[in-house]
Amino acid sequence: MYSLEGFGHLLLQGTFITIQLALASLVLGLIFGLAGAAMKLSRFWPLRLLAGLYTAVLRGVPELVVILFVYFGGVLIVNSVAGLLGYDGYIDVSAFAAGVTALSLTFGAYAAEIFRGAVLAVPKGQIEAARACGMAPSTIGLRILLPQVWRFALPGLGNTFLIILKETALVSIIGLDELMRKTEIAVGYTKKPFTFFLTAAFIYLALTVIVMGVQRWLEARASRGVAGEARA
Amino acid sequence: MNVDLMIESLPALLSGLLVTLKLVAAALVLGFVIALPTALARLSRNIGLRGIALGYVFFFRGTPLLVQIFLIYYGFSQFEAVRDSLLWPILREPYWCALIAFALNTGAYTAEVFRGGIQSVPHGQVEAARAIGMAPATVFRRIIWPQALRQALPAYGNEMILLVKASSLASTVTLMDITGVARTLAAETYMPIELFTAAAGIYLALTYAMSWGIVLLERKLTPAGAWQ
Repeated sequence: MYSLEGFGHLLLQGTFITIQLALASLVLGLIFGLAGAAMKLSRFWPLRLLAGLYTAVLRGVPELVVILFVYFGGVLIVNSVAGLLGYDGYIDVSAFAAGVTALSLTFGAYAAEIFRGAVLAVPKGQIEAARACGMAPSTIGLRILLPQVWRFALPGLGNTFLIILKETALVSIIGLDELMRKTEIAVGYTKKPFTFFLTAAFIYLALTVIVMGVQRWLEARASRGVAGEARA
Repeated sequence: MNVDLMIESLPALLSGLLVTLKLVAAALVLGFVIALPTALARLSRNIGLRGIALGYVFFFRGTPLLVQIFLIYYGFSQFEAVRDSLLWPILREPYWCALIAFALNTGAYTAEVFRGGIQSVPHGQVEAARAIGMAPATVFRRIIWPQALRQALPAYGNEMILLVKASSLASTVTLMDITGVARTLAAETYMPIELFTAAAGIYLALTYAMSWGIVLLERKLTPAGAWQ
């Protein structure tokens, strides 16, 4: 690999942080998504309302605004809560933590809708049949719902993760040293913005292609034994 | 929370809303102009056209919008030929660079939406239209496009809302859109919670109004008793 005037390793370091940021947001976001979907499907209306508000706000507000809010507002909120709890030092919120929080909240909002749709897509008769066989609710969840919800939700989750992967670039605006920020540093030294931003673009493109490949593989795996789906 | 500050900063934020609306409207028009030929090129029998359209769509959907904006705003200045060219007065302005990036970005996503819509029109209808002697252009204008647009409308509406949200990146090249105003005021007043909440509220109202508008349009474009 050619060294990009000695800045190649810098971009690689940035790529590594971008990947960490995206994966951390994915894991935390899946948890938010599952919790959100469970609340949306709950019989208890305040939970439904809360989850509805969560998904409506996070899907209707630009991710950049969410990131700026979490980073600049989050410091104030964390410190005032710590103050109320009797802690009088100063707590710093790292750009990485703020980025993961903002991106996973966004991913979770989209994932909640996807999971909800996937649960509703499982035919009700199957659950009734499982109950009639005497399966415990937890067994029904694990054996009947989960495998199918996973299969129905995968395409949507994959697409949303692709969006989040590209949005990790926005965390450079609050100063996290991920790929985009490292690229800007390289541009500052070399005065070659086109070369370096184009290189960054191709790195993101490569990451996108890898994620698409994994997505296709997972989808094919999840639909084993199902006729005529995701076989291409 | 300081509600007085939120009310005080409302006029400035609404002037930012105007910038956002202007950018989004212009990018939508330009994006449409780019998307339609791109969708047709993607479906063309000519492998060259198909390849170019695929490359364009793949690049702009596979890379972050921020990279695209920086590539256009900072990137082109690397070349002396560009700096000396007639295009420089345009490529020097953050407004035009942001607009070009938004248009190219939304054009790529919209092209795929339109392609799906065009492909959803049953082939038998096209054959029937050809059989009664319609010219290809007439077939497209009278048979394919009206149905393709109706079919693509929900996804096209989603793309419009995504563009509103994406337009917040205009603030990264110093433009004073809603996010730009909120960032500046937040830095001046040290009240980020109030200002970003107010900005979020305006975006929420805007995206909500748009999704309602799209639902109404969908109803209007669905003839009574029609398919679906």
